[in-house]
Amino acid sequence: MTDLSMANASARSPLDVTTIRQDFPILAQQVNGKPLVYLDNGASAQKPAAVLDAMERYYREMHSNVHRGAHTLGDRATSAFEGARETVRNYLNAASTREIIWTRGTTEAINLVANGLTAQLGAGDEILISHMEHHANIVPWQMLAQRSGATLKVIAITPEGELDLDSFEQQLSERTKVLALTHVSNALGTINPVAELVARAKAAGAITLLDGAQAVPHFRPDVQALDCDFYAFSAHKLFGPTGIGVLYGREQRLEALPPYQFGGEMIERVTFEKSTWNALPYKFEAGTPAIAEAVGLGAAINYLNGLDRAAVEAAEHALISRAHELADSVPGMAIIGTARNKAAVMSFKIDGLHPSDIGTLLDQQGIAIRTGHHCAMPLMDFYGVPGTARASFAFYNTLDEVEQLFTALRKIQRLFV
Amino acid sequence: MTATEDQFRNNPLGKDVTLDDVFDAFEFLDDWEERYAYIIDLGKQLPAFPDNERTEENYVHGCQSQVWLTHFQDECDSKLYLMIDSDAMIVRGLAAIILVALNGKTPRDLLTTDIDELFERLDLFRHISPTRGNGLRAMVGKIRDIAAQQVA
Repeated sequence: MTDLSMANASARSPLDVTTIRQDFPILAQQVNGKPLVYLDNGASAQKPAAVLDAMERYYREMHSNVHRGAHTLGDRATSAFEGARETVRNYLNAASTREIIWTRGTTEAINLVANGLTAQLGAGDEILISHMEHHANIVPWQMLAQRSGATLKVIAITPEGELDLDSFEQQLSERTKVLALTHVSNALGTINPVAELVARAKAAGAITLLDGAQAVPHFRPDVQALDCDFYAFSAHKLFGPTGIGVLYGREQRLEALPPYQFGGEMIERVTFEKSTWNALPYKFEAGTPAIAEAVGLGAAINYLNGLDRAAVEAAEHALISRAHELADSVPGMAIIGTARNKAAVMSFKIDGLHPSDIGTLLDQQGIAIRTGHHCAMPLMDFYGVPGTARASFAFYNTLDEVEQLFTALRKIQRLFV
Repeated sequence: MTATEDQFRNNPLGKDVTLDDVFDAFEFLDDWEERYAYIIDLGKQLPAFPDNERTEENYVHGCQSQVWLTHFQDECDSKLYLMIDSDAMIVRGLAAIILVALNGKTPRDLLTTDIDELFERLDLFRHISPTRGNGLRAMVGKIRDIAAQQVA
């Protein structure tokens, strides 16, 4: 969230959250006798009716396999499916749809790259990640290091939850073959200065991958401006369906990777002696893809494109600012992750309360948050906590819901006195 | 020192606090806040868990909170006595209810006790259902394994 976008937003009309909430049918329900307050958007975001309708319409009117049929339904399915790819390309500002690979999600996207780089790395090479990564952006690199003989290096973080840029500079060298960083930390909300770090890594000759899973729900990334080689995200965190995600890859980098899985769709010609591979992006899309899910993701992005994104960012900024403000008034409450530049995510702990107690007792009051280690155990170790409670906001959340969260937290504290 | 026999036998849960007490309390307490305050209070009655029993063997995996479980069996009447610890207060309270139901029973009696049904009756089933990652289910599974070993 840049200062510029905030300035723009203040000149516009604010986001009409009341109307927007009507687009998300799941939000209008009671949980444990209370109106649902959904603050677990970082784990998975809810879906607007436009996504549900697009998927149902796809199955009712145009389903068939893609790229195969010599018939009308096949044409319709293929056109909806490839149309979604173009929508994603446009959203990321990628140069070509050849650079947009469908995967099952961020995790598979990162695994695809890490697997494909095995032959390009060897002893003496280094893979640079950070201390705030999700396990999905740690373990595939750890395994790549084991397979290839390369070494995994870790950028330190500050107590506020920002990347330690000195640590980055110290560890970046001509030995660095890969830099894999999260754009936005899932557990802390920190927005990392990835464009600068990608530029430094690129100058050192490294391949760069950004984990955008937690970034795309909050703002629109521009992969050409970021200048990264790979960018990964999941549809379900972007208000789209589960089971599908995207790997953006710079064309020349994708060409240099071997296929990830083998089977139908990804081949050009097969004999029992040898096979040759299909062109990008199909080389990485073995088997029948998640067609309806691709269509659903396209619909999610179209829905987002129809919103005033600057107003969305301003609304989210207001939510997180108010949450931080209120947190100061709760005795014993500490926010984990206080980066200067952060998305609408609040990880916290409260003295004397285990995160799971907080989660259980908020649920009792209709409030959904995430508790636990957030698939970032090294980060939890850094903060010396077993886990945190995390409220993660989306543009459909209201300031009133932020107030309700804190009213509920104070009620919980009274239970333990 | 490991937990002494007395520590196991003197556990008030299942002895001084009975299932009837828990049911009475739940009937009397009508909103969720009072019920959870009671659950938290039950958790405070768990006897102190000896530090040296916090071993890998006694650790209950699959929990968000840290949970330990140890047991002692009376050689004469074969009754099983359990001690449970957790760093989460709600889990401690729910563990206390499990102890009220199971502590000091013979392995056979223990295995025929329907914990799911008990939690249904208390309207706490969601806490013990397989969809919750709080480890209550793993805890009950471990207790039943211990009992099953004694019966076999």
